[in-house]
Amino acid sequence: MSDHAHSIPTGWRRWLLSTNHKDIGTMYLIFAIFAGIIGGAFSGLIRGELMEPGIAYLTMFTNGDVDAAKHFFNVLVTGHGLIMVFFMVMPALIGGFGNWFVPIMIGAPDMAFPRMNNVSFWLLPAAILLLVLSTMVEGSTYPGAGTGWTVYPPLSTSGHPGPAVDLAIFSLHLAGASSIMGAINFICTIFNMRAPGMTLHKMPLFVWSILVTVFLLLLSLPVLAGAITMLLTDRNFGTHFFDAAGGGDPILYQHLFWFFGHPEVYVLILPGFGLVSHIISTFSGKPIFGYLGMAYAMVAIGVVGFIVWAHHMYTVGMDVDTKAYFTAATMVIAVPTGIKIFSWLATMWGGSIRFETPMLFALGMIFLFTIGGVTGVVLANSGVDTAMHDTYYVVAHFHYTMSMGALFSIFAGWYYWIGKMSGKPYPQFVSKLHFWLTFIGVNVIFFPQHFLGLAGMPRRIPDYPDAYSLWNYVSTVGYMIAGVGTLVFLYGVFLTLRSKERVGDNQWGASATTLEWTLSSPPPFHQFNTLPKIK
Amino acid sequence: MSLNKILSAVTACLVTFFISGPAALANGVFKAEPDQLGFMQPATEVMRDIVSFHNWLLVMCIAVSLFVMLLMAYIFIRFNAKANPTPSKTTHNTFLEVAWTTVPIIILLIIAIPSFKLLYLEDVIPEADLTVKAIGNQWYWTYEYPDNDDFSFDAAMLTDVEAAEAGLPRLLATDNHIVVPANKTVRLIVTASDVIHSWAMPAFGIKIDAVPGKLNETWFNVEREGIYYGQCSELCGKDHGFMPIMVEVVSQEKYDAWVEKARAEYAGIKKDNLIRVATALPAQQ
Repeated sequence: MSDHAHSIPTGWRRWLLSTNHKDIGTMYLIFAIFAGIIGGAFSGLIRGELMEPGIAYLTMFTNGDVDAAKHFFNVLVTGHGLIMVFFMVMPALIGGFGNWFVPIMIGAPDMAFPRMNNVSFWLLPAAILLLVLSTMVEGSTYPGAGTGWTVYPPLSTSGHPGPAVDLAIFSLHLAGASSIMGAINFICTIFNMRAPGMTLHKMPLFVWSILVTVFLLLLSLPVLAGAITMLLTDRNFGTHFFDAAGGGDPILYQHLFWFFGHPEVYVLILPGFGLVSHIISTFSGKPIFGYLGMAYAMVAIGVVGFIVWAHHMYTVGMDVDTKAYFTAATMVIAVPTGIKIFSWLATMWGGSIRFETPMLFALGMIFLFTIGGVTGVVLANSGVDTAMHDTYYVVAHFHYTMSMGALFSIFAGWYYWIGKMSGKPYPQFVSKLHFWLTFIGVNVIFFPQHFLGLAGMPRRIPDYPDAYSLWNYVSTVGYMIAGVGTLVFLYGVFLTLRSKERVGDNQWGASATTLEWTLSSPPPFHQFNTLPKIK
Repeated sequence: MSLNKILSAVTACLVTFFISGPAALANGVFKAEPDQLGFMQPATEVMRDIVSFHNWLLVMCIAVSLFVMLLMAYIFIRFNAKANPTPSKTTHNTFLEVAWTTVPIIILLIIAIPSFKLLYLEDVIPEADLTVKAIGNQWYWTYEYPDNDDFSFDAAMLTDVEAAEAGLPRLLATDNHIVVPANKTVRLIVTASDVIHSWAMPAFGIKIDAVPGKLNETWFNVEREGIYYGQCSELCGKDHGFMPIMVEVVSQEKYDAWVEKARAEYAGIKKDNLIRVATALPAQQ
């Protein structure tokens, strides 16, 4: 290391001007934690308002104005969705763990384009700032964009004359540019910078998952960028792309949005699939079962993910044959997903399982994702979806996959790698308490929402008919449990960083076989000055 | 093996728990009942088919979830570090891999057949006895009866106080509502004047988006008289949760009488919605 040309930068230069994939990864993780706290606070306000029938709590934020409170509810729903998708899950899984471990796992010294990596990260604080600003300027009579994260026109055009939606669009532009640059960076890194001997078919599954994910981002985000730019010109420059009165079509926006939006939900979960594979293998003491099947199942999920988008739009009045096609295509996704679930189970079969905290979160993810998966098969059927569309059943379904699938894999990755990243061990009891509170909490939040959805409760409403009160109450109690879990997590982070103990190079023993475990904990500022050789 | 017995017993319990809807309602009011777990009481053939197809899917969901859960439980007990200190080295089993690829395909094929049948039943619209048009506005519905001189009226939600006074359910009752005859095929045409709304009636198995500049079409044939409630199902602004849908289904005689009365009552406020839609749309600057 001593022969290296430059020294380690210090102070603000180390972070603001960083070109180091580990430092940038760390910043992504810190950013994701902060964004997660904001997004979580938003959902706390949502669940607080929904705890009992009537509009009671949100009026506290609007000087007692009930109409303003109703709009504020929609702003919260919009903000919660956008923040969790673009500023929590993606930065944590791709920006955070991806940046930290993809170069190390393939035996590369850094990312292919370190300065672009810096730009990718620093666009995000600007993006979230624009989103926060959008909640403070006029949307539709009241402040903020109350359009939902989908930003459907005409609600987002003629329905929101104020500048709030423009700011939200700019925020998405920046977040999208950040992700596209990140995607290019990962693709170049993975294709060109693998250590000698690391063929694609020897690549760790986490790297495979990031590779598929960034291809999805690269191909889908430009479509979103186009759609929201057309929205912007419809709003400000008199175009009529989505305005029927001028020959446009509001449904066209939905097609464009979901052509991005469906691959996007796989962007959120695929890195988690990769991560969980490592954790299951490590703590079972066995290599992953059916490695190639696992890798190509992710590729298949990615490919099929692009041709199922209209299952989000079964009620817009599509042709019946089109609906039949999207029903069939959507159900196909259950097959590669099933391969993954069963391969994880087969990896554990015959293993010697250690129930460390990362393993608990990985197991929780597998089971909860299975539940989210089977309700997904139900929703895939256009005929049944007529009754489910836009109800809480859908909310329950995608939170079982996202709030439990993606979030549990983030926490699994956090506990798996925090020793490697910081050199310090996480607290045993506090981390397990965090798992159990979160596991119980999220189930109590979201399982009853299936009942609400079947009984017909629509999404995105601040008040509901009295019949829905019991399960809404239970759901909010669940939020409180999960909220305590989050505080326990933050306390655990504090304990970890304060810890005087140190962990060794390989915290998990012989079954942790990827390259990061050959380095010190934390790894040196620049690793692999001599490239490792892969047998 | 007793495991099988336990499994089937648990499945049976869960299925009964979820599937049994509320008991048939004597008073002819069709809305969600307190603490309900499943679908509302179906009032059309379509909704009955949705419910029975969903019940079937639910059995499959529970079976798959239980299978994974029991498998995990077995693995935890049998293969934890204490019980099995030396892990095996197995990483392949061609038979298993082929099995867990083909079995889901077969299950999906079995699901697909009734699924398509249901879809085409919903979407292929039979010969209609009458047509009703619903127009979504921020935040109320306008209804038109094109078969009966095109009379039209607005239906806005009753406030909590008004609903309580009228003895009608909060957030669901409207000041005016559409009336349709029982056992007649009604074609429903849906559009909107400002932003996208969605006309949803859970007991009929209907949800169809109201899109400005587009006419969507669906149908229902209600088997039982009564009052039915639904809610707007596409985010449409601040009062999205407060533009419910109320439908009264009556006998043909009562319907005819209502049409006579309504024609006279609403003639005075008949508006040309086409003009209104056209003027509302370019409002955006």
